[in-house]
Amino acid sequence: MKKINYNDKGSILNPLKNLQFYARKPVTEPLGPRDASASYRGFHINDLNKCIGCSSCQKICDNAAITMVEVPSIKEDAAKGLRNLRPAIDYGRCCWCALCVDICPTSAIEMTREYVHTCDGDETDSYFIFPKETGIHGDSFEKGWTKTEDSDLLDRIRRPMGEMLSEARIDNFDEIVDGFTLEMAVQEASRCVDCGLCEDACPAHMHAPNYIRSIYEGNLEQAVEWMYETNPFSHVCGRVCTHICETACSLGHGEGESDPIAIRWLKRFAMDNVSKTKIKQIARKGKARKKSGKSIAVVGAGPAGLTAAFDLVKKGHKVTVYESLPKAGGMTRYGIPNYRLPEDRLDQDIEVIQSVGVDIKYNVKVGTDISMAQLYKDNHAVVMAIGLQMGRSTRIKGSDHKMVVKAVDLLRMIPKGDKVNVPKSAVVIGGGNVAMDIARSMARLQQQKYGEVNITLTALEQLGKTFLADDEEVKESLEEGISILDARGPKQCVIKNNKLVGLETVKVISIFDAQGRFAPKYDEEDLQFHQADMVIEAIGQMSDVSILGEELTEELEWNRGRIQIDENGHTSVEWLWSAGDMVKGPDVINAVADGHRVAKDIDRFLNK
Amino acid sequence: MRPENYQAVKLGDSNEYEIFIGPNHPGIEGNYAFRLMLDGDIVVSGKADAGYLHRGFEKLMEGRLWIQNLAIVPRICVPDPAPMEVAYSMAVEEIMGIEAPIRAQWIRTMQLELSRVAAHLFTFGGHAATTGMYTPMFWGVADRDLVLDLFEDFTGGRVYSIYNIPGGVRRELPPEFLQKLSNLLDYLESRQNDYDNLLFTNQVFVERAKGCGALTQSQALELSVTGPNLRACGLAYDVRRDDPYLVYDELEFDIPRQKHGDAYSRILVRRDELFQSIRILRQIIERLPSIKGKIRTPIPNPLSWNVRKGEAYARVESSKGELAYYVVSDGGDKPYRVHVRGPSSMHAVQTLEFLAKGARLEDVAQIMFSLDACPPEVDR
Repeated sequence: MKKINYNDKGSILNPLKNLQFYARKPVTEPLGPRDASASYRGFHINDLNKCIGCSSCQKICDNAAITMVEVPSIKEDAAKGLRNLRPAIDYGRCCWCALCVDICPTSAIEMTREYVHTCDGDETDSYFIFPKETGIHGDSFEKGWTKTEDSDLLDRIRRPMGEMLSEARIDNFDEIVDGFTLEMAVQEASRCVDCGLCEDACPAHMHAPNYIRSIYEGNLEQAVEWMYETNPFSHVCGRVCTHICETACSLGHGEGESDPIAIRWLKRFAMDNVSKTKIKQIARKGKARKKSGKSIAVVGAGPAGLTAAFDLVKKGHKVTVYESLPKAGGMTRYGIPNYRLPEDRLDQDIEVIQSVGVDIKYNVKVGTDISMAQLYKDNHAVVMAIGLQMGRSTRIKGSDHKMVVKAVDLLRMIPKGDKVNVPKSAVVIGGGNVAMDIARSMARLQQQKYGEVNITLTALEQLGKTFLADDEEVKESLEEGISILDARGPKQCVIKNNKLVGLETVKVISIFDAQGRFAPKYDEEDLQFHQADMVIEAIGQMSDVSILGEELTEELEWNRGRIQIDENGHTSVEWLWSAGDMVKGPDVINAVADGHRVAKDIDRFLNK
Repeated sequence: MRPENYQAVKLGDSNEYEIFIGPNHPGIEGNYAFRLMLDGDIVVSGKADAGYLHRGFEKLMEGRLWIQNLAIVPRICVPDPAPMEVAYSMAVEEIMGIEAPIRAQWIRTMQLELSRVAAHLFTFGGHAATTGMYTPMFWGVADRDLVLDLFEDFTGGRVYSIYNIPGGVRRELPPEFLQKLSNLLDYLESRQNDYDNLLFTNQVFVERAKGCGALTQSQALELSVTGPNLRACGLAYDVRRDDPYLVYDELEFDIPRQKHGDAYSRILVRRDELFQSIRILRQIIERLPSIKGKIRTPIPNPLSWNVRKGEAYARVESSKGELAYYVVSDGGDKPYRVHVRGPSSMHAVQTLEFLAKGARLEDVAQIMFSLDACPPEVDR
């Protein structure tokens, strides 16, 4: 670099040297049109099919330039986490920072290399633009700033959940999942973009974004308060919920590795870390001070019945719940093994519900000890929530043998403490979660008694494709030494000298017919024999509606073996409502949602 | 006050009269008014009249998420926006106790130096224009545009890069970028003679700039002058060397200075600095390819990012002087308070008022531009 001395006077002739520019290309010559750079932040484009309407772009926009508009032609699906809202951009406010691009969970919104746009005469609102896949106003633009791994603002990886190793868990019913620590829970909660897709998807519409936020802020009591607004079975749902919310979670929609928030485990964390006394206080909040003078009978102390009872008691009504078994909880107690849902957690949920004022009468079998007519006589309304307590049978040859048992019956015996006849080898028929529950429970009992596991599970469905049970159930079953034979249908139970020796299965060709009806077809040539001392059927359950009595059964309207109800759970009989697995289901959160629904309708009915 | 409502007031028995310069005039890089009391063409006193670009940035930042502020900080200084993003990001990083990866620090340094080059080119032209020479202004802006092309290339935005984020930078450099940068530096060096001939050794300009708006070192310190304006008074103070940040301690560069503290010294310092920046950029071109690794330390989901309680003061050397962000967090998802310590408010208010006193009316614009203050940053 040439130095210039301050004391130099310079010369008046120096500028004349630049007369050479008469022969040189001027530096200020206007540039011709050129393409913008490859990562230019120009007008937006939005892939309307990739976009799920989560509104994250709207939330991050620092100029409030984005408005979510409803597009009726796009189909909504709450359970899948799809809304029909799509962003429209006010270019009078947009500052082209591309934060909307970097936060988009599905990489739908991107920016282009286009920065000049002229509207047609009839487009009066020319600054407010709805971007589509290719560009705006039907133009096609080249892509500019798109999301890269470096610019992605979301934390896409779920905090890992600790689990007991298969060797440690196989001979006991201890809970498998460790649960989050405070640090992990806060980190996991911090990933939430507060889109609310989970809340839309949840049958009970739990305020997941709110309690996740409270957990993130370390305010667990507040989190539990949010939960109790919609779900008195938060301990149970924190462990065994089918978590439709996580399927809907916008983070789960991302390309590549992108895990949904562990909403279920966060719920469990908050519930486990707030004292029972505090939870009872929270549950009582909002309870009516005045008694209504009305009374309601609930048949069945499962999640649906107890949720309805919980809501109705809080409205000031008197509620009595009749339960035929010695403890409350229904299928959550007598169907879900302890390694998934420890009994003390369920006990606590029920204790909290009772503390609000719900009266439960145990070991009272409606239909035998007390009739439905009597219940109606003593109360203003009756809720039927008896669940699906009876197992279905395959009705194959030999299925009437005493060593061919139903999964639900066996599952019920374990928590009751009844003596279970543990076979040395067993075959389970069925591929759903109940089949997994019984297979894994029997595996534990076998390990305790014989020191080894010998369980075979046969299912019509194909693993990894149409299989019904949750992936984690399949994974954990295999770890525990259970062999799964998929795409095999039961042919007959082989009985020799009045003793069950095993099960014969055939290969499945197809499960449904052309109309989509259940009509399995088998390849009879492909026959296999599975040696077994016990065959367990886990192919579905049904309700024991005999308790209604003949008169009432006659009076009610039915729909394919189920009681006909309206959208509020009201049956065709004025004083009778029905809820839970027996009319909808089967899972806990649907039962809870049902409980709320009938409670609301009954309250409206009683105040009419 | 709107100009049509303003009437120059002639005072009683005195020959003094009041005159407005601005808010639109060639003396400064934005809307900024200066009220002068004159006796003949000699300035008796000057009063800075800021506020035409007041957008309340500091207050706005208290209402926005930590990351949303990145989109507004560059707007605090239009000609030299990069130091704004970097200083803000550095302050937030300090509170969080995180550090940008080393590659990101090199890229940030490159961005800062490129921004300094662009800002100085702008100042050359502006300063020349205040003495009636418009060709250097066209040149300065045209050459600055080539720097902006590079910004567009690697940040996606020409003026407001919005390229930094607490924890690093948002994007890897595009392929062939360093070659493009090297070509640009070659071009800028080739332009040195043109600029020298037309401006820096042009006797017309030299005569006008020498002795105009002179500050002594002690006056400068008393007025909180920093940056090239202070170095023009003989004090080689530069945050890059005296409180090194990013990777400046690994780079070789001189700190140009002059002794006389006048407009000519100030522009000479800037001229020399531009070539020091080119020197730094050449070292970066050489070193950057060998520095591998990530460009971002991940931060939590920005929609619910609660920056832990604390405060930080992060300073950088901008083209105008010492620029700092004082950021306070109360543990929430938005800053509790952000204060921008910009060099321009010291230069365009107290220093300008001080220097205008006794100057001739025709020199006022030159004094203003030679201080290289940025009105949007004064007003914030």
